[in-house]
Amino acid sequence: MGKIFTPQDVENRKWLKEFAQAPATLIFEDFVRIYFSCRPPADNDGKYVSYSAYVDLDRSNLFKIRDVSEQPILSLGGLGEFDEFGTYPVSVIRNQEEVRAYYAGWTRCESVPFNVAIGMATSQDQGKTFTKLGNGPVITYSPDEPFVISGPKIRRFNETWYLWYIAGRKWKKVDGRAEPVYKIRMATSSNGINWKKINEDLIPSRIEEDEAQASPDVFYSNGKYHMFFCYRYSSHFRGKENGYRIGYASSTNLIDWHRDDSKAGIDVADEGWDSEMISYPHVFEIDGKIYMAYLGDQVGRYGFGLARLDGQLG
Amino acid sequence: MKWSKTVKIFDPTQHSLPNECSQFAQSPQALVFDDFVRIYFSTRSIDKNNGKFLSHIAFVDMKKDLREIIRVSDNTVIPLGNLGCFDEHGIFPMNVMQHNNEIYAYTCGWNRRSSVSVDTAIGLAISRDDGLTFQRTGEGPVLAASLHEPCLVGDAFVKVINGIFHMWYMFGTQWKRYSPEAEPDRTYKIGHATSNDGINWNKEEACQIIPDKLGIDESQALPTVIEIDGRYHMFFCYRHSFNFRKNSDYGYRIGHAFSDDLTTWTRDDENPLLAGTANDWDSDMQCYPHVFECDEKVYLLYNGNEFGKYGFGIAELET
Repeated sequence: MGKIFTPQDVENRKWLKEFAQAPATLIFEDFVRIYFSCRPPADNDGKYVSYSAYVDLDRSNLFKIRDVSEQPILSLGGLGEFDEFGTYPVSVIRNQEEVRAYYAGWTRCESVPFNVAIGMATSQDQGKTFTKLGNGPVITYSPDEPFVISGPKIRRFNETWYLWYIAGRKWKKVDGRAEPVYKIRMATSSNGINWKKINEDLIPSRIEEDEAQASPDVFYSNGKYHMFFCYRYSSHFRGKENGYRIGYASSTNLIDWHRDDSKAGIDVADEGWDSEMISYPHVFEIDGKIYMAYLGDQVGRYGFGLARLDGQLG
Repeated sequence: MKWSKTVKIFDPTQHSLPNECSQFAQSPQALVFDDFVRIYFSTRSIDKNNGKFLSHIAFVDMKKDLREIIRVSDNTVIPLGNLGCFDEHGIFPMNVMQHNNEIYAYTCGWNRRSSVSVDTAIGLAISRDDGLTFQRTGEGPVLAASLHEPCLVGDAFVKVINGIFHMWYMFGTQWKRYSPEAEPDRTYKIGHATSNDGINWNKEEACQIIPDKLGIDESQALPTVIEIDGRYHMFFCYRHSFNFRKNSDYGYRIGHAFSDDLTTWTRDDENPLLAGTANDWDSDMQCYPHVFECDEKVYLLYNGNEFGKYGFGIAELET
């Protein structure tokens, strides 16, 4: 379908200059709220902070923007807290009258550029503003998941809360720069606050052992669970050749997944905004149609777009 | 109860230490064998990348008189963590305990941050060679920051009581600049967690178990617990959260609390009081206590001035 949101087109928001990453939807009666993460200009050291915000699209015409949030939906954390330098990405879900957000909080380190853990916040105003449940994370580092716990995707199936996320495996030195390798993981919970990790990689690596996997987006359809995710090489991944592509896996029990990227049904375009890389898929259904929101070149620096599913998820 | 006159028993500058360490023997922690006592401590090397300190674990074996040195470790006891891991820049302290023919070590791992100097978390490593070397159970921690404990989880002390693992530890409550030009200073308090296996822990989240004596800006660290005549006694160190490095009135002192049910603790720093000795190695500061029993006597190891730069000493409990 093409690109639907360009952050550079938004005016009068100092915290939103570029990037619209990791789209996640909350569907209303007549509009679709898509959360994304964005950045103000980099600081004097060239470092970014990231905020999360939303854009409301007309439900009957997703190309029509109705509103963009006036403020970020979450504040940055305090001095020395896990989310001091960024709240990105965010995944939302309704829970009775409230909306819950699971978000990755970013801190800065000395020997590696950053570390990440997952926090939680709730909204009482239909997702316009969120209050953090605490000033620490709900999912953090553990013996088998030592760092970079990020990319949350919250779902509820059969009265159980599921969180798919990524966990860092190693920091790899590439041309003197520390680059993170991460794999797709899962945790379950009865209340969405106290989580039990399953401590296993869900998706086998395909392109190389150090393949980095992100954005594990799970969608139920036709009696099966479908996961769309993105993956990249561990080095020189900022260009077309080694950059992000979208993969696919399916499962009947949410734990054992069969990877088959040939069924992802989407690849980089021959030309245009998504011709170098495609990443951070999010699949949602409205009015009988299934859509995928995803990022284009430079991991969403210039925004995200939509694709519509032809046929069925089988 | 009363502490005997204290005496310094180990000076790291008088020995050759592994990992090119020369100064500091911090947070001594004892492991009692049949015919000797192994005392682990944290010593420091210089990080060649930036001149900052790296804390490494070493040990000294002493005869049971706790005066005569048998030997000092000459090899690495546990290497530091890998790039980006919670214990990349130091292990300080390390609490050791015998469990089923193995020795469990709860490490406090240090990793440097950019807006504040450091964060910490608690790891578990296990030794199967009587404590000469330890292997991690994983690259990450067993206890780390959580919803209401946002930073600086560390300083574990673990004891199995009636089949349950009990851990006393510190958790950070805040980082704060006490003046606009000052570097951020941290505040931490003592908490409690339990476990059935020593690996999976349930925290009493953000529950400070020892009341403050110096107000909310009191920092409390290094809890250590022993049972004496059916009552549990905890020793720890406490200080003001700022100006504590140079001003001895703000520096570390040894605190004490007791409990009969492991739930409610009554603070009583005066009984027994550990007082420093004027113009001596522990005159300005007393910190990082570790209490243990050996041949039916109760001892307290601790550090003195400058956070243990020149070693540690010992006191004996007179009942």
